[in-house]
Amino acid sequence: MLAGHFIRPRIVENDKDIAYECGEKPVGDARVQFNFRFYLVAIVFVIFDVEVAFMFPVAAVFRSWVEQGRGALALAEVLIFVAILFVGLIYVWSKGDLRWNAGRMKGET
Amino acid sequence: MSLYNELPATFVTTNVDKLMNWGRASSLWYLLFGLACCGIELMQTGGPRADLDRFGSVPRATPRQSDLMIVAGTVTLKMASRVKLLYDQMPHPKYVISMGSCANCGGLFDKGYSVLRGVDKVIPVDLYVPGCPPRPEALTEGILEIQDKIHRERYLIRNS
Amino acid sequence: MKTEEIHQTLTARLGDAIGALHAETIDPWIEVQATAIVDVTRACKEDPALRFDFLSSLCGVDAGDSIFVVYHLYSYALRHSTVLKVKVPKDTPVTRSVTGVWRGADWFEREAYDLFGVRFEGHPDLRRILLPDDWEGHPLRKEYVFPSHYGGIDNTRDYNI
Repeated sequence: MLAGHFIRPRIVENDKDIAYECGEKPVGDARVQFNFRFYLVAIVFVIFDVEVAFMFPVAAVFRSWVEQGRGALALAEVLIFVAILFVGLIYVWSKGDLRWNAGRMKGET
Repeated sequence: MSLYNELPATFVTTNVDKLMNWGRASSLWYLLFGLACCGIELMQTGGPRADLDRFGSVPRATPRQSDLMIVAGTVTLKMASRVKLLYDQMPHPKYVISMGSCANCGGLFDKGYSVLRGVDKVIPVDLYVPGCPPRPEALTEGILEIQDKIHRERYLIRNS
Repeated sequence: MKTEEIHQTLTARLGDAIGALHAETIDPWIEVQATAIVDVTRACKEDPALRFDFLSSLCGVDAGDSIFVVYHLYSYALRHSTVLKVKVPKDTPVTRSVTGVWRGADWFEREAYDLFGVRFEGHPDLRRILLPDDWEGHPLRKEYVFPSHYGGIDNTRDYNI
């Protein structure tokens, strides 16, 4: 990065650093108020993705645990883990946070 | 603080220059700018038979990541300002190939009221590839000429 | 149905909004007054003997001191076609819009406005469609002079170098 900082040319001219909009001059502000449903989907995704990520190492060592005779313990632990997060999923689901077209909220046009 | 075109010509800087130019010429990423029928030939030049990827040239959809702009096709007066803006948004060092008759001089449609008679009226062109449309081999030769041009350039060494 | 029969049907229904039948060309055409074009086209679409449910094309023709707006109609139901023409004077080229009859006439009329300058009253959004919005002039008129500059770009090229 340091080498690049010294080596690259630094030529500023015309409209080089305005926002890229496929050749058109950009109009208006880039800060738009995006819909909160995207945030909800993203949060739910992150939580369950981390859950899957935690299950991968369990899957990797499961066979060696079974050979040691502690397969039932490992399975029980994983199932408890999944069950706790499953309760969370039931909560989110029943609250309607997973529905995209969840009807009009107060004040929403 | 940029050393671009600043240093004297010594053994070290000359070889670093050659290294930099070799790197730049061997990875000329081009902006996908097919406007008309030459765009089809541009796609074929990037396709499997006349592969441009073997020269390190991959197509990019954004000018921010490209150092070569291949203007392939007729430029209308409506499009001309957009071509200029896209060229401006490419980072230096950048090159332009004007592909086909329409981009060179207006081509077949130069008598039209809405056709820009040559893309060099809005942006500086480094290489003109004639043809209607030029064969993929012709465009490949154009890319190789641009590579030769880059090898002859001075990058860190100051231009006398 | 042949265009002669279509002409008779329309004249029977609408009287003198329908002009003469010009049968000497390959495509015989029916002349219609500009003020009556909406009624005529609505009759073409709804009459059970005609049923022109498809506007194939709407274009302009520059004929010296007047502009013709040409309507090519086709019937998918009865498999016949016809041509209507509306003559407007070139200094005030105004006629009625048929977007109420066929929605597809929308962009055709915008093109006729863009290239000939024909104004269509009742059009929902009459503005240029092919040329840039700040273009001056209507290029397909016979007396149009091609511009040598646009937007700060000099568009002349000397080929005799």
